[in-house]
Amino acid sequence: MASLRDIKKRIDSTTKMKKITKAMEMVSAAKMNKAEQNAKAFVPYSEKMQEVVASIAKHTDADHPMLKTREVKKVGYIAITADSGLAGAYNANILRNLNHAIQDNHNSTDEYTVIAIGRMAVDFCKKRNFPIARSITGLPDQPAFATIKDIASETVQMYSDGEIDRLVIIYNHYVSAISQVVTTKQLLPIEDMNNSGSSSQYEYEPSEEQILAVLLPQYAESLIYGALLDAKASEHAARMTAMRSASDNASELIDDLSLSYNRARQAAITQEITEIIGGASALE
Amino acid sequence: MKTLTVSVVTPDGPVLEDTYEMVSCKAENGELGILPGHIPLVAPLAISAVRLKRDSSEDKLAINGGFLEVRPDKVTILAQSAEKPSDIDIARAEAAKERAEKRLNSNDDHIDRLRAELALRRAVNRLDVAQNS
Repeated sequence: MASLRDIKKRIDSTTKMKKITKAMEMVSAAKMNKAEQNAKAFVPYSEKMQEVVASIAKHTDADHPMLKTREVKKVGYIAITADSGLAGAYNANILRNLNHAIQDNHNSTDEYTVIAIGRMAVDFCKKRNFPIARSITGLPDQPAFATIKDIASETVQMYSDGEIDRLVIIYNHYVSAISQVVTTKQLLPIEDMNNSGSSSQYEYEPSEEQILAVLLPQYAESLIYGALLDAKASEHAARMTAMRSASDNASELIDDLSLSYNRARQAAITQEITEIIGGASALE
Repeated sequence: MKTLTVSVVTPDGPVLEDTYEMVSCKAENGELGILPGHIPLVAPLAISAVRLKRDSSEDKLAINGGFLEVRPDKVTILAQSAEKPSDIDIARAEAAKERAEKRLNSNDDHIDRLRAELALRRAVNRLDVAQNS
């Protein structure tokens, strides 16, 4: 059995660790609230965007390359992860999905490329020699549209230039504070536009084609930004849950250790008493 | 006096929602003035100032990368950024303008001229909105 002092030491260090995980849990909770608000603030923009794009797409036969499926020679994958670990299965889920998607669909590195958002994705792809077309790390916890604008428009540009023929995004969708679902979504070409949107007819100034040319890249960029906000909220939620279970485990460990500490102390006292009695009776 | 509801939305959240008598803005192929009762219209906007008129006062917004959706009683402006004069960081816009001008004047072939030009237009637009209001 471990000595009294050893147990005491472990209790102390576990208590300190628990303080840290508790603090991290609270920080993540605060960040999650903010991230959730950001994601909500974005909703009016994306809904409106979707509505206008849908109503244009519905009433025109203008074929913009972004609405047309073409033969797929190369697929772009956007993977959104965090910059650091300690978030439970958050990063692992994304990377596993990315890995599956790549292993199942592609035989050579010419057939796909990765747009890595977050240090975990960048490291993962480097380690596995996946080609990285663009990457960004060190995003703030509350990313503004401007921070993601460049990479988003470059990615959409890759599609317009014919460098990639399909764009897929993999991110954690925020359902609630305790539930995040890995979502794989095709961004480009844009599909399923016809089943949503209002029926209002618009005049187009200058023309439908020109409006689509301006609107569709913006729409695709806004989808990327929306996914990022969603992913950020999930990240903080996942981190909060991970830290909470770490704190819970620490409490449990402290309880167990206190029990063995008390037992060991009691054993030591009993032994001392036995020794004293033994010594006293030897004198009689 | 008839009015129309104007709402300005960006990816970072709604910027403004209020009623005005007239919206005048610069679309990509010319100035547009919108009064209540306009037919439904969609038009992309240039990097420019949007002027919103009510009574005798006028509000201005610096718009970048946006478009306009008009319905008879409602105007929605969706933009990648939209700033009120009070929200514009003049020092930053000045710096951006200088940087963009320097890029355009240098004879380096590696720079993205289109991007520098857009950056310059954004900066000039911001300064214009911030200073003339």
